[in-house]
Amino acid sequence: MTITFTVNGEERSVDVDPDTPLLWVLRDELRLTGTKFGCGIAQCGACTVHLNGVPRRSCVTPISTVDGSQITTIEGVSGAEAEAVQAAWTAIDVPQCGYCQSGQVMSATALLQMVANPSDDDIDNAMAGNICRCATYVRIRQAIHDAARTLEG
Amino acid sequence: MNIHTSRRSFLTGLIVAVTLPRLARAQGRAGYFDQLPASGTEWVPNAFIRVAPDNTVTVLVKHIEFGQGPYTGLTTLVAEEMDADWSQMRAAAAPADVEKYANLALGMQGTGGSSSLANSFMQMRKAGAAARAMLVAAAAERFGVSADQVTVEKGMLISGDQSASFGELAEAAAMQTAPDDPAVKDPADFTLIGTDLPKVDTKAKTNGQAQFSLDVYRDGMLTAVVAHPPKFGATVASIDDNAAMQVAGVRKVAKIPQGVAVYADNTHAALKGRAALGIEWDESAAETRSSEQMVEEWTAAAKAVGNSAKDWEVEATGDVDQALTGAEMVEATYVFPYLAHTPMEPLDGVIELRDGEAEVWMGSQMQTGDVGAISAVLGIDNVRLHTMLAGGSFGRRAQPDAHFGAELAEVAKAHGPGAVKLMWTREDDIKGGYYRPLTVHNIKAALNADGTIAAWDHAIAAQPIFMGTPFEGMLQGGPDFSAFEGASELRYATASHRLRWAQMESPVSTLWWRSVGHSHTAFAVECFVDELLEKAGKDPIEGRLALLGDDHPREKGVLQRVAEMADMSGDYGYGVAVVKSFDSYVAQIAEVEDRGGVPHVRRVWCAVDCGIAVNPNVIRAQMEGGIGYGLSAVLYSEITLEEGGLVRQANWDSYPIMRIQQMPAVEVEIIRSAEPPTGVGEPGTPPIGPAVANAWRRMTGKALRRLPVIPVPVA
Repeated sequence: MTITFTVNGEERSVDVDPDTPLLWVLRDELRLTGTKFGCGIAQCGACTVHLNGVPRRSCVTPISTVDGSQITTIEGVSGAEAEAVQAAWTAIDVPQCGYCQSGQVMSATALLQMVANPSDDDIDNAMAGNICRCATYVRIRQAIHDAARTLEG
Repeated sequence: MNIHTSRRSFLTGLIVAVTLPRLARAQGRAGYFDQLPASGTEWVPNAFIRVAPDNTVTVLVKHIEFGQGPYTGLTTLVAEEMDADWSQMRAAAAPADVEKYANLALGMQGTGGSSSLANSFMQMRKAGAAARAMLVAAAAERFGVSADQVTVEKGMLISGDQSASFGELAEAAAMQTAPDDPAVKDPADFTLIGTDLPKVDTKAKTNGQAQFSLDVYRDGMLTAVVAHPPKFGATVASIDDNAAMQVAGVRKVAKIPQGVAVYADNTHAALKGRAALGIEWDESAAETRSSEQMVEEWTAAAKAVGNSAKDWEVEATGDVDQALTGAEMVEATYVFPYLAHTPMEPLDGVIELRDGEAEVWMGSQMQTGDVGAISAVLGIDNVRLHTMLAGGSFGRRAQPDAHFGAELAEVAKAHGPGAVKLMWTREDDIKGGYYRPLTVHNIKAALNADGTIAAWDHAIAAQPIFMGTPFEGMLQGGPDFSAFEGASELRYATASHRLRWAQMESPVSTLWWRSVGHSHTAFAVECFVDELLEKAGKDPIEGRLALLGDDHPREKGVLQRVAEMADMSGDYGYGVAVVKSFDSYVAQIAEVEDRGGVPHVRRVWCAVDCGIAVNPNVIRAQMEGGIGYGLSAVLYSEITLEEGGLVRQANWDSYPIMRIQQMPAVEVEIIRSAEPPTGVGEPGTPPIGPAVANAWRRMTGKALRRLPVIPVPVA
């Protein structure tokens, strides 16, 4: 089955089993390897992408459901919020092993796109689906606050 | 009953030369730059440093980077001695080559025991100093001055009004003789060591560019998954692969010693094919006990220690039995579950076979062992291993039996020439064993009238980790210290003391889990001493300081510092613990809230003494992460076996771990020290459990003696 969608601004068509999770299409077919596999059941958020602007767990998103959609991955995420998040992440060295951080950055960017100055509760709600086994949570929280301040100017 | 009284710690155990007969054959003797971008114009002063004409300096790091910071730490050591500018520094994985890249604390190439920075401290500084000396000699020639007229600052060699960069002098430096034993700096002259240099790997880990094993794709590569036995000790009896072979994209099904491998064009097809397999398992040798039954047996063994041929007397001073006779005895039993490590990236790797050689990409934590195992399975000596960044480990990738490398090689062997990626799923990871051992402690003590301790009689029932693996030789016939390290060498004064280990057996495989024995011994010792102090009416901090006496200044230092840091004025519970592990000293105080009968940890204060602090920011990060990792297990996680031996947990929905809303605020202070640097990857983990449990007991009166504190109800 051929499915056509836009990834990072570029139209792509793939001919795969329609049950194939978007995650494995991004990785195995399109070689966009920044999006990671962690659990396969939407528990950890390592596979988070933006689907039509909204964070989505690509590991449980069948490719058949994204026909005609706009998908953004860590390789293509851009704009003021993404830049502020990545700069804040770098400034305080958030990542340890780094494997979950693509998903963390995607979730944090989406949060700031929706909520300009998130409270700790907003952060908890937006980031609770992203596991970090290195427990970099203290710095993730700080970096989101730092990025929000940068965006406020 | 075995009697064994010699004392050892994890690291001193490792320093004993590892004798690994089957690993000695092949050591991946690839030329050490052939995995890196080829360039004929780089200067290679030694095995650890490359200077390029573009003025970048690349440090080849012999330790795997999975978040604990060696890429930054070891690169800092070189940059310091070269007087380089931090912006010109790069880090890359050293190849697998035990002759050049052995862990000096292990005698083989590998990472463990929080030893990366400690064992590299002088080695990497000497490497940097040697390169600097050669650059200075080259500059002196070019400038027409003597070497002592050349200064080096931020990557520039300067004499009077003449100057040149490292890159400009690289070719000339290559003509100089490397000094045998270059002098290193006086620590008073450090300019980079001791500062919060930005980590070298952060950017690539923020924009998706960092390359992990899972990200390796080779031409024509197949993806394989393996169906493993559902019970520990079971084997394949028969396979029906008809339905699996009907799945579009599935290329092959093969029986291998570890189970049944399914090969496909892509990951989705491989997983679908595996799900369609019909396998009958031979469970005649399988573990069929439930973990509840094992807890009962382990508890009985701890309480009856001394009666079995499998019991070991590890330490004994004074007459414990006599001191306990007729005394008012305090007794506590602590139960610790099996724990999975669940690193974010499950075990995975890529192997490519061609013409009698194998090229391997994996997050190898013990390169020498992994290369040896792959070589042995394939019967070839030419194994080239690329150590990839790994998505966490916490012990999971440090495999004495090299089981993943062996499985990867078996998958390749059954496939033949070409490339295969082997991936474990989260379910494979959680159900797949290699757990922190299920452990039961039983401690009895007698107090004197003045509150001092008359007797401390400690029994631990647990499976070994080293025994039965190629690392067993390290024990030199003694007991497996991984079961009791931290309970041995008790730092608190007691008139008599005994430590015994009941060696338990099960087909359930075990492995070191961040901080190894300390992951449970610290909990038992620090909770128990806290109860004794409370019983004696003593303050938890002053009481500990008194029991530590005069021989433990560094434990006392972190304890006093954390007491100064902590704000214990809130209407919450406060608990303290102090633990020495891997030659580092950590004290923590936890602020705990009672939320409807379960503890919520609000804040943690942490003081650490790890000798010279090479990168304080990395140390703070490791303390934060170690606290989160330890707290996660203490509060939420356990692996249990149902009756019949099946693992109940499958993924992070049934094996819950800490999420952001459960993470406390953490404040870290580092003790200023001139001692050699010691590890930080593990030592942040042991104190948090007992600090929280002590806070809870002092607040609610309820001692937490069975972990996890908040178990998932069994359906």
